[in-house]
Amino acid sequence: MAHLSDSELKELTQEERVKALGMTTEQLTGRSMAIEFDPDEKSRFVYPWAPDVDYNKRTEIDADDGPTTEINTRIRNLMAEGYGSIVIKNPRGKHGLGVGILNRLNLIFEGSLGYFAVGLNDGPNVRINGRVGWSCGENMMSGSIVVEKNAGSTFGAAIRGGDLVCKGSVGSRTGIDMKGGTIIVGGDTGALSGFMMQRGRMIVCGNAGKNLGDSMYDGTIYIGGKIQSLGVDAVPAELTELDKSWLHRKLSLYGMVPEQGIDHFTKIVAGKQLWNYDNLEPTEKKLIL
Amino acid sequence: MAGTKYRGSEISDIDQFIKDKDGLGSEREVEIGQHIGYRYDVNLVPDHDRLTPFLKEYMEVMGWDDLNWLEDVHMGYEDGKPAVFDRNINGWVRVPDSIQLPDNQQDRDMIARELLIKFQMSDRHPLVLLRKAYMKF
Repeated sequence: MAHLSDSELKELTQEERVKALGMTTEQLTGRSMAIEFDPDEKSRFVYPWAPDVDYNKRTEIDADDGPTTEINTRIRNLMAEGYGSIVIKNPRGKHGLGVGILNRLNLIFEGSLGYFAVGLNDGPNVRINGRVGWSCGENMMSGSIVVEKNAGSTFGAAIRGGDLVCKGSVGSRTGIDMKGGTIIVGGDTGALSGFMMQRGRMIVCGNAGKNLGDSMYDGTIYIGGKIQSLGVDAVPAELTELDKSWLHRKLSLYGMVPEQGIDHFTKIVAGKQLWNYDNLEPTEKKLIL
Repeated sequence: MAGTKYRGSEISDIDQFIKDKDGLGSEREVEIGQHIGYRYDVNLVPDHDRLTPFLKEYMEVMGWDDLNWLEDVHMGYEDGKPAVFDRNINGWVRVPDSIQLPDNQQDRDMIARELLIKFQMSDRHPLVLLRKAYMKF
């Protein structure tokens, strides 16, 4: 790999940068794609490009001062200046606020947000002192998001990791296509929650609507209230002591342990009867051969 | 026909996929010649009594009271070798032979989490090069 500084790279077009970094000229023939960990790797806790921030360095942004893109850019610029705690005033339901943050950060919204709020994040801890619209925390990778009131549909759509918490109730299709992480709902969740879930955990302290966990491939759903109906291939499972200790610890983190404890929770998992993606493969192989 | 039979293999031994790298347990797997499903229990929740000092420090730096996204990281097995799936490169990263594997999955998962963090945050991670090439200035 050629050693070029960021300022030198900035002067190049994207195509020139790719070539300069050897990405299209490397001889790949005969090379193994296997990568191995280095046991002596240096310890680091954030991405190499992430600015160093201090949680004790705090500032505010008034969202009335500009459109969404400008607010999001200001968040990045403040992180580059070392601010580790940022408060957003007057969000007034704006869409797409606080997205794509790949660093540790305390982000606080004093009000409600619109759709696709705080999605695509990898690291920050977010508190929203209000409500959120559709798809809050969509594609979140790590960190935490706590919504103090209610949330719309597709809460935590395609979430990959981290804790996504709504202290109130949420709409339908909560955690649709989730591939990891934990979704916690203090109240009720709507129909088709956990639809096509692939892994991760969902905790609902209240009731669940129709077709819970429909077509789930893997993962676990814990329901504290009533389940209107289970979806295809969603089946009850035994709540183990490890489950109970994990549930108690997780809910305690957000002050959400129900008064009656967690022994009454129902655990739902995949029946694994729908693993049919491979059905035609033997035929295809024969055709090719 | 959907919904008639569980198609993957059951995990009965912690070293199952090291001793038998193909790990084709069920009839369906043998028939199609490939493993179905994960090679570890994706639903195994972590035992916090087994956290390593590095992981405790990581949680503190990030401001988390638990493992957060690392709860989904487990030690798996690729081609008869212990390995960890790195979602950022959509591929397996192997554990070197010099690292002794504990005899239980919980401790193996803690090692996997530590190795993955150190790798993802290092300068030799493929994302570093990709970012240099494709970032917006």
